[in-house]
Amino acid sequence: MKILVCVSKTPDTTAKIAFTDNNTKFDTNGIQWIINPYDEWYALVKAIELKEADPSVVIHLVTVGTADADPVIRKALALGGDEAIRINADSQDSFYVASQIASVAKGGGYDLVFTGKETIDYNGASIGGMLSELLGFPYISMATKFEWTANKATITREIEGGEEVCEIESPFVISCQKGMAEQRIPNMRGIMAARTKPLKVVEPVALEPLTQIVGFELPPAKAGVKLIPADQPEELVRLLREEAKAF
Amino acid sequence: MSVLIFIDQSEGHIKKASYEALSYGAKIAEMSGTAAEAVILGNSDSDLAALGQYGVSKIHQVRNDHLNHFDAQVYIQALEQVVSRTGADIIIFSNNVDGKAIAPGLSAQLKAGLVTGAVDLPDTSNGFVVKKTVFSGKAFAHVRINSAIKIITLNPNAYPVLEKEGRAEVVTEDIQLLPGKVTVKSVNKVKGEVPLTEADIVVSGGRGLKGPENWGIVEDLAKALGAATACSRPVADADWRPHHEHVGQTGIAIAPNLYIAIGISGAIQHLAGVNRSKVIVVINKDPEAPFFKAADYGIVGDAFEVVPKITEAVKKLKG
Ligand SMILES: Cc1cc2nc3c(=O)[nH]c(=O)nc-3n(C[C@H](O)[C@H](O)[C@H](O)COP(=O)(O)OP(=O)(O)OC[C@H]3O[C@@H](n4cnc5c(N)ncnc54)[C@H](O)[C@@H]3O)c2cc1C
Repeated sequence: MKILVCVSKTPDTTAKIAFTDNNTKFDTNGIQWIINPYDEWYALVKAIELKEADPSVVIHLVTVGTADADPVIRKALALGGDEAIRINADSQDSFYVASQIASVAKGGGYDLVFTGKETIDYNGASIGGMLSELLGFPYISMATKFEWTANKATITREIEGGEEVCEIESPFVISCQKGMAEQRIPNMRGIMAARTKPLKVVEPVALEPLTQIVGFELPPAKAGVKLIPADQPEELVRLLREEAKAF
Repeated sequence: MSVLIFIDQSEGHIKKASYEALSYGAKIAEMSGTAAEAVILGNSDSDLAALGQYGVSKIHQVRNDHLNHFDAQVYIQALEQVVSRTGADIIIFSNNVDGKAIAPGLSAQLKAGLVTGAVDLPDTSNGFVVKKTVFSGKAFAHVRINSAIKIITLNPNAYPVLEKEGRAEVVTEDIQLLPGKVTVKSVNKVKGEVPLTEADIVVSGGRGLKGPENWGIVEDLAKALGAATACSRPVADADWRPHHEHVGQTGIAIAPNLYIAIGISGAIQHLAGVNRSKVIVVINKDPEAPFFKAADYGIVGDAFEVVPKITEAVKKLKG
């Protein structure tokens, strides 16, 4: 079985978000990059678990990014996976990224394509869904549990207002969230092994993105907290109702 | 040219997020001088014509056995055909589980630019620009859609439900569909609970509550306010509360009218998911807790003493 895991780099969760060039560009100054947590903790680790259960499983990682994504991909390879493919382009929009991944995935003979449920920077939650249509594969979104037995997966996924258990045969695309797997920390052996794992760089296919970010904005700062003495909770409730009209 | 709004229904029941999407889509249609129509997939017990009060003139209902359970691939097939029949060029979804599962695939099929998580009406003064949340609520981006067909998923609690007079014409669309490849084995719906993303008021607890056995004070306050409950990540990780209550950068992002944080320190990853709440109240015994900087109202005090008193005061005020 061959699994493709889509990974993206994102700013560390404690990163200070700021913009440059008249608020049109994300300020990457001093930013630490990490593997998007949903890709790492859930999609990648789940794929690794499948390989641990069946060593014949082959895992490829794919990312769309320029050379500055390499350290993050090596970090992902340190957790597991056989090789990585980097599509050498700036990620322009979700459609652009999904189309690039689809062009690599087509003909790759992948049985399963794993993604995180969304990235924590652009929060598009779109790559999995787009990829599935571009590849003509069914799509299971927001999976929380995954069991694999002979060509068939039993998956628990979030649906509107609850969850459902479904079955599906490969190939398909699946987006992963909490519950799928437990976060891991790479060990020394993994880190050493990652150095020699193949990291193929392929050039992007020519394509126009469908959307374009024209500017950013930070939320307005709060005016400041109004503190209410701990022995006057009625005053808080009164302010919430009369001043803030919050309930 | 027209605006087409996807009505999301969970077992025949239409939810608030769809009323918001309808109101939002109707407003865009009004701005661009076109008609707003809606589409609903599968059977519905609701009085569909009554949805006219949210500003749509026509509702396309697709009935087909293959739509009885949710399969993104099948839903997309159906929507593609409705889009081509109606000639819609702006398509609106709620940014919820279903919307996130369908809109991206439809976007790829139609080569229609997609913006997910919109928080405001598009600005059409220079192209078609939609404001959305990015960095899990730490910022907003303005995204221009360049394609002829445009798809937007609207964040819950971002646009008001607007009602007026009017009934919609309901037309049944006869559409052939290929069966899906997903076999549903069981469905487990949480009955009667407001989904966290749609709740007007959310009461949330953190590690300061010490253990799951102490959640009574959170639940009592939530009940008095008619609120949903949420929690910080370590609380869900420790299984004190179910995972679906975890809010923040790696959990659910919410934007209720009122968010009450009890015994939560206000780490940057937590704030990312809740800072779009209109009013934030923080109850923490540590005056230095970072959450106070992001709050509108605060009480420095012991949650175990303060929260039950707040609950009493709310009950008294509500009568
Ligand atoms: C990659 C990454 C992603 C993350 N994603 C998220 C996320 O999505 N959501 C999230 O919540 N966290 C997230 N975190 C974790 C985050 O950094 C914090 O660790 C977490 O939010 C802390 O939870 P807490 O406030 O409940 O606990 P603590 O930080 O332990 O705070 C407990 C608070 O309770 C107060 N307290 C104690 N006793 C009482 C009392 N009797 N009465 C009143 N107050 C009391 C204390 O003063 C303290 O402020 C993430 C971390 C990382 C590294």
